[in-house]
Amino acid sequence: MLQPKWRTALTRARQDRASGGAGKLVVLAVVGLGFWAAVFGVLFRVLRYFRDVREIGALLAGKLLSLALLSFVSVLLLSNVITALSSFFLAKDLDLLVSSPVDGVRLYVAKLGETLINSSWMVALMAVPIFTAYAVVYHGGILFPLVAAGAFLPFLVLPAVLGSAATLILVNVFPARRTRDLLSIIALGAAAGVILLFRIIRPEQLARPEGFRNLLDFITVLRAPASPLLPSDWVTKAVMGYLGGRMDWLPLYLLWSSAGAAVVLGALVHVQLYHTGFTRAQEGAERFVRGGLWTWALGGLLRPLGPARREFVIKDLKLFFRDTTQWSQLILLAALLLVYLFNIRALPLFRGEQVPFYLVSVVSFLNLGLAGFVLASIAARFIFPAVSLEGRQMWLLRSSPLELRALLWSKYWVGTVPLLVLALAITVLTNLILKASPFMMVVGIGTIVLLTLAISALALAFGALYPQFETENAAQIPTSFGGLVFMMATVALLALVIVIESVPVYRYLRAAFDHEPLRVSALMIAAFVLVIAVCVTATVVPLRVALRRIERFEF
Amino acid sequence: MIKLEGLTKDYGSFRAVDDVTLHVPKGALYGFLGPNGAGKTTTLRMIAGILRPTAGRVLIGDDDVIRRPMAAKARLGFIPDRPFVYEKLTGAEFLRFVAGLYGQDGQLVERRIDELLEVFELTTWKNELVESYSHGMRQKLIISSALIHRPEVIVVDEPMVGLDPRAARLLKDLFKGFVGRGGTVLMSTHTLEIAEALCDRIAIIQGGRIVAAGTMAELRAQTASGNIGLEDLFLRLTGGAEAKELAAVLEGGR
Repeated sequence: MLQPKWRTALTRARQDRASGGAGKLVVLAVVGLGFWAAVFGVLFRVLRYFRDVREIGALLAGKLLSLALLSFVSVLLLSNVITALSSFFLAKDLDLLVSSPVDGVRLYVAKLGETLINSSWMVALMAVPIFTAYAVVYHGGILFPLVAAGAFLPFLVLPAVLGSAATLILVNVFPARRTRDLLSIIALGAAAGVILLFRIIRPEQLARPEGFRNLLDFITVLRAPASPLLPSDWVTKAVMGYLGGRMDWLPLYLLWSSAGAAVVLGALVHVQLYHTGFTRAQEGAERFVRGGLWTWALGGLLRPLGPARREFVIKDLKLFFRDTTQWSQLILLAALLLVYLFNIRALPLFRGEQVPFYLVSVVSFLNLGLAGFVLASIAARFIFPAVSLEGRQMWLLRSSPLELRALLWSKYWVGTVPLLVLALAITVLTNLILKASPFMMVVGIGTIVLLTLAISALALAFGALYPQFETENAAQIPTSFGGLVFMMATVALLALVIVIESVPVYRYLRAAFDHEPLRVSALMIAAFVLVIAVCVTATVVPLRVALRRIERFEF
Repeated sequence: MIKLEGLTKDYGSFRAVDDVTLHVPKGALYGFLGPNGAGKTTTLRMIAGILRPTAGRVLIGDDDVIRRPMAAKARLGFIPDRPFVYEKLTGAEFLRFVAGLYGQDGQLVERRIDELLEVFELTTWKNELVESYSHGMRQKLIISSALIHRPEVIVVDEPMVGLDPRAARLLKDLFKGFVGRGGTVLMSTHTLEIAEALCDRIAIIQGGRIVAAGTMAELRAQTASGNIGLEDLFLRLTGGAEAKELAAVLEGGR
């Protein structure tokens, strides 16, 4: 039953190789290794520091691993529930499988395997540098990978079984499509809540000396396990026990026996409930919709655009706000924005005394890069998939007299206008919080507007260059290779603009520092003109490339 | 009304359509037949301007689909074989959107939407999202969308798939009425009875090449057949079914 999946993956890999995918592989490998190296590097330093702390060093290391694994459990549970919904109830191969003489247990095991791989591969990859850091710092030896894998594998199975069972029960209560909507809102709401909460408790304060006032309490908290019933604790015990030279087999028994028992129980529940759930999953699409408000509100406003562009924009907005998996991401976005502004507010600049003017200006200037990066991530999520999402309907767009230029125009502005509003909000609010000077405010606003126009164009162009017409879930599209290339291109653009603009900003700061009036030199003007030229080029060229690419699409 | 001149389409080293030349006169209901994988859909998609030909050209009236795409496409309504539409739009919204693509809006479009939904018995589903439509209902919606701008030419790929007998009959009447008023239809189908009953002329394509074209009488003359039906003619031209192999499949494993 899983053969078609890995055969497809193999064929795709072969096709990639045939169409010169070596470069792609190299880029992916470099980025992946870079990420691993970064995680490993940070953890290595932290663990080495812990190792040298007497008494509580090993406790701290164990606690850190247990916390990391606990966060893995929550991520895995959530991701398994969502993935199980697709693989058990909404996948396209289910009609064939359910109508074939395949018994319930085989179907369960195959789909559980699929769910496990799809929902856990990222966590598993993330675990590699973490365990490696532990192995290196605590001299794990050759057998450590075996112990780590032996503990980690059943650890992945448990949330997969629990997540699938939760989905099975949910689908028996609600129809699958409603469950998906419900889950995406709950998941994103929860994620947003966690981010906000985590930020508001200000973990950076723990690093300050005054945080260690109650050392004894601290040690007591460290000694107590999060919960002896949590599999994350069993993995920690198995791994830390082995690393400490006192191998404890009980946690490994617990992990494997629980995983085995869970699969058996899961299969029993599956055999009992799957058929009713699968039947319910076939119904429940949303029915009546009131579209009058849209047409009334936007129709008048967009009248000057002409029928084709107007209807295109209205259509794009309707599709976005009617798709829960799309609009619910705005919740996360709002949380991130709040955290962003909170971070600026929490900078150690504000501690009562007068903040030096040049420090504020430097932060305000560098904030442009950070804001640009945030905007790029948002563009990757919302603008990059725009072309791919039209794939299945391209027959209609290509056979109608719609100019592709109009299509691109609509896609560009539907994405860019909200991004611009967000960009201006971030820049103006941060500069207000920082009490930046009018000069920095003007430079900030001008640059971020130019950058936003360019970032949108780049997102659209890379989306057209690396389209994913077969993907139905818009959230998956930015995680493709094209999304990675887009992010790399945008980071390069941000770096270039900041480097060029640092020349006039430095002049300005220098003059202010020396208490001299700012003299506008030719170099300053040239730098600003160059920034404008770079951003305009990064807007116009990608849009042209996108247009040419869309013209050559074949379906 | 539709002229194909030396139309060729390559997918890598595979030639899907090979030097096809065909003329569909104004007011004709032209059948386009062929076995699976013969190049029918590729040809129709090139006519609709979705695929770019490797060589040759397509004219709708006097307008070249590649050189004057806007003019050519404005005269054309295309009905694909697979009804992919925006799932999160209602039927009425989808038709309004398609009318917009053809530069039409306002009260006339609203009236036309009501008219078409009424004809295809979709009025009660007007304000429901397409995701709740059945395959046949989607097909009817797409047929409505191809008619919304009052085209001169309809190019249709497998129109009867998924339609109930009532809708199939309606579509046949609609095509007859459309050509009776001077419209032109180029239709690919596997339902040979429908092709024989409806079409004025028929072209048969195999391996990307037109192997026969003309009226039924002309096709019989070209193949030196007697008074045989379209099905036998089609099988004779395209190789036919091997009775021996069929028997082997049915008896295998017993």
